[in-house]
Amino acid sequence: MKRTPLFAAHEALGARFVDFGGWEMPVQYTGIIAEHQAVRQRAGLFDVSHMGEIELRGPRALAACQALTVNDVGRLHDGQAQYSLLCLPSGGVVDDIIVHRIAPERLLLCVNAGNTAKDLAWVREHHGGAEVVDRSAEVAQLALQGPRATDILMPVTDLPLREIPSFSFREGQVAGRRALVARTGYTGEDGWEIYCGAEAALAVWNALLDGGRPLGMAPAGLGARDTLRLERALPLYGHELTEETTPLEAGLGWVVRLNKGEFIGRDALRRQRETGVQRQLVGLMMHAPGIARQGYRIFHGPDAVGAVTSGTKSPTLGKAIALGYVASTWKEVGTKLGIEIRGRTSEAEVVPLPFYKRAV
Amino acid sequence: MEFPEDLKYSKEHEWVLVEENVATVGITDYAQDQLGDIVFVEMPAIGDKVSKEDAFGVVESVKAVSDIYAPVSGKVLEVNDDLPDNPEMVNEDPYGDGWMIKIEMNDPEELHDLMTAAEYEEYVAEEKE
Repeated sequence: MKRTPLFAAHEALGARFVDFGGWEMPVQYTGIIAEHQAVRQRAGLFDVSHMGEIELRGPRALAACQALTVNDVGRLHDGQAQYSLLCLPSGGVVDDIIVHRIAPERLLLCVNAGNTAKDLAWVREHHGGAEVVDRSAEVAQLALQGPRATDILMPVTDLPLREIPSFSFREGQVAGRRALVARTGYTGEDGWEIYCGAEAALAVWNALLDGGRPLGMAPAGLGARDTLRLERALPLYGHELTEETTPLEAGLGWVVRLNKGEFIGRDALRRQRETGVQRQLVGLMMHAPGIARQGYRIFHGPDAVGAVTSGTKSPTLGKAIALGYVASTWKEVGTKLGIEIRGRTSEAEVVPLPFYKRAV
Repeated sequence: MEFPEDLKYSKEHEWVLVEENVATVGITDYAQDQLGDIVFVEMPAIGDKVSKEDAFGVVESVKAVSDIYAPVSGKVLEVNDDLPDNPEMVNEDPYGDGWMIKIEMNDPEELHDLMTAAEYEEYVAEEKE
């Protein structure tokens, strides 16, 4: 299994590890719920160096990115980032990614760890004349998330953080090392994703840990990352997103810019937008004891109408929540459905998404 | 990590306290630590029959679902009714308030298949490696 440059640091903190997309990653340090609450109330620090980084370079970089992704890269200025998707001609999702425009001839794609090899092959196959550079091994990534994230990062960077809006980034210094600092995240909180050289990761990690502890920050693992993203209804590849699901079915229609020009998947997605989707990702709240998990079947009366893609007990709400696909007939908020848990059907209801949204 | 001397232990990480013909059952300190934050517990009903090494209930942590196995066979005499509303008691006090069920044993001979505290501690040490 692969390890990030911070593996020994996690071990020293008493982390418990899990295999995630071929990486030996910390799943928790003290406990998932405590780490989840730390992020919601104060701050948490995640090692997400397993994520892949692919750069498109050269005069054809923008056009190539425009053809590869469903969102409109033409709307980005230097220093801006955008949530986007790589799709198949069928409209199925290859991966969900963040595109960073460093310069007109330099675009950085942050991709999912488990998809990095697949994405790289896909991007190389459809390079459109751009140079494709895999930077995954040389780049480490830390996510500092939570209402106190900016206060914690401020003393160790030369960047004017308050001037960097959401989904924007700057290059500067963190803990004396060169870094790209983006106001992005995967928790539903304000926060930062910090890209630095693999050799700088430990210095940046330690500086943030030392500075953050007095402000109640905790190192947080993939367990809390999952409950945090699920409360905010952010999709996870392999659960809500697969090559068999389209962005429109997943409720990501806002990401798909059909009028921006040619891109892979456009025709299929245009057809689906015209005809409507047969199934839809919905939020579900359990009204009976039990927790819905990936793969559990969803019923309307005696009829199987879908399946759960992710589920947990929400630490913030204290109730069991789930995301799942149901036949579009049953997608409306308030619809009463059943989820089969160990042979018995437990009552659930379609609720608005996200389950949790931070107060602005 | 605690391994109380007066208990017997199963390979599936349940503990048993024997009082005459009645076995009180829960999961061990090691098991709760491995599971992490427990957020849901599903127990059998009083009067249900349980068989040695068959699942009688479920504990769920934030991330995973795990079966709990009966260390001995018999009939469920009592169930810890506080657990469904306070599943975190299994983490906080696995050998006390976190107990799960009491079984009226069919065959106390089955107890000989369980481990002593010292044997279980060794078993856990091997499993960790």
